[in-house]
Amino acid sequence: MKTAVRLENLRKRFGGLEVLRGINLEAYEGEVVSILGSSGSGKSTMLRCINMLEIPSEGSVSVAGEQIKIASDGKGRPTGLDTRQIDRLRSRIGMVFQSFNLWPHMTILQNVIEAPVHVLKRNKAECVEEARVLLDRVGIADKADQYPAHLSGGQQQRAAIARALAMRPSLMLFDEPTSALDPELVGGVLRVIRSLAEEGRTMLVVTHEMGFARDVSSRVVFLHQGSIEADGKPEDIFTKSQSPHFEQFLGR
Amino acid sequence: MEIQFIFETFLSLLGGVPLTVQLAALAILGGLLIGLLVAGMRLSGHRVLIWPAWLYVQIVRSIPLLVLMFLIYYGLTQFSSIRASFLWPILREPYWCAVIALVINSSGYAAEVIRGGLQSVGRNEIEAARACGMSGFLLLRRIVLPLAIRQALPAYSNEMIAMVKATSLASLVTLMDVTGIAASIASSSYRPIGVFVAAGAIYLALTAALTQSVRLMEYRLTPHLRRAALPADAQ
Repeated sequence: MKTAVRLENLRKRFGGLEVLRGINLEAYEGEVVSILGSSGSGKSTMLRCINMLEIPSEGSVSVAGEQIKIASDGKGRPTGLDTRQIDRLRSRIGMVFQSFNLWPHMTILQNVIEAPVHVLKRNKAECVEEARVLLDRVGIADKADQYPAHLSGGQQQRAAIARALAMRPSLMLFDEPTSALDPELVGGVLRVIRSLAEEGRTMLVVTHEMGFARDVSSRVVFLHQGSIEADGKPEDIFTKSQSPHFEQFLGR
Repeated sequence: MEIQFIFETFLSLLGGVPLTVQLAALAILGGLLIGLLVAGMRLSGHRVLIWPAWLYVQIVRSIPLLVLMFLIYYGLTQFSSIRASFLWPILREPYWCAVIALVINSSGYAAEVIRGGLQSVGRNEIEAARACGMSGFLLLRRIVLPLAIRQALPAYSNEMIAMVKATSLASLVTLMDVTGIAASIASSSYRPIGVFVAAGAIYLALTAALTQSVRLMEYRLTPHLRRAALPADAQ
């Protein structure tokens, strides 16, 4: 199996607060990894370190075998990134955010074709055609010419998933994709994510949806106070005791 | 008849409209460009850029436009080095002195309006763009500026209207704009009220045209803020 993401001794400090305390994680191609943990456990920060929306304080991140270069000031503090490398890697990593983050001044269709046309420099007509297929797939083909503000949260999140897919990513990151949704809208978005998982896409999903973690993911990782405390197949991890904190998290 | 006189004056004053419009357009355009630069400096995060930009805005906004115009028009001629320099062909023209003063004045206010617009752009939208591989100028051009312009436009229209009216000060450095022509008719006819009523009507028309075009621009730029054809609550 080929490695999709490798995190080695990943540490992240915000001021004096150490949010990630040495994370080691290797995710393989085709794996669907659910990342669980109570709020403040560092799971979102870990995800955001993979595409450098947060710059790690220490450690290394490799995506598809390529290690991300992080310049440091010599005292171990990160100062910058190789913008071209980062932009290139980011264009291959799709990210879906908790609050959708669609661009409000563009229609749904424009949102979906924006990065393929302007970052990947692909032919616009082809992108539009492909975008319509993607929007149909996530069930909002009829909303293509509407603006994000005119859609419900669930529809916006599905548009955001289409936007990420339009880049033909080799890895997808989901940062609590259903946490900002009304309960009745969660199901539709989860169905879309599940269908992506079933295609064998490599995905890392930070989530609070236990059912999703149990049924859809091929692997579950549990974070507690910035460290990985449990890691395994869902059928093992939910049945055998892993760590007292995980038991507590599951409410057992 | 006063009405007749006002109408005739109005027609004469129309001759000054091209100059007034030109001054206003140059002031707005120049002010916008310098304002963008200064706002960019203030938001750059580098102290060596923030500090001078802040000082520039403070000073420019503190100097009355007329004082600035007199400083440039009368003040700079005092220096023989300037009279000898390559700038002299420009600085000896009252037209360019007025334009420079208007641009500088406008840029101070524009910088603040633009800064407000840029700061209003949400972190989330920028993050989404970064996550797609956008950065630098592309990010600015496709996401940040379009959103900032939409936020800044209402406030910036105030600045544009203020500039149209501020061009009238150029008449005090001998330019024959609408106000310049009005002043000369007033002093030769001894009928200042009729003359300046006509001048006021012209500024009213100019401002109305400007306001309408900004409104149209705002409307076209913000379809996403209009109500949808159908409410979209259901999945």
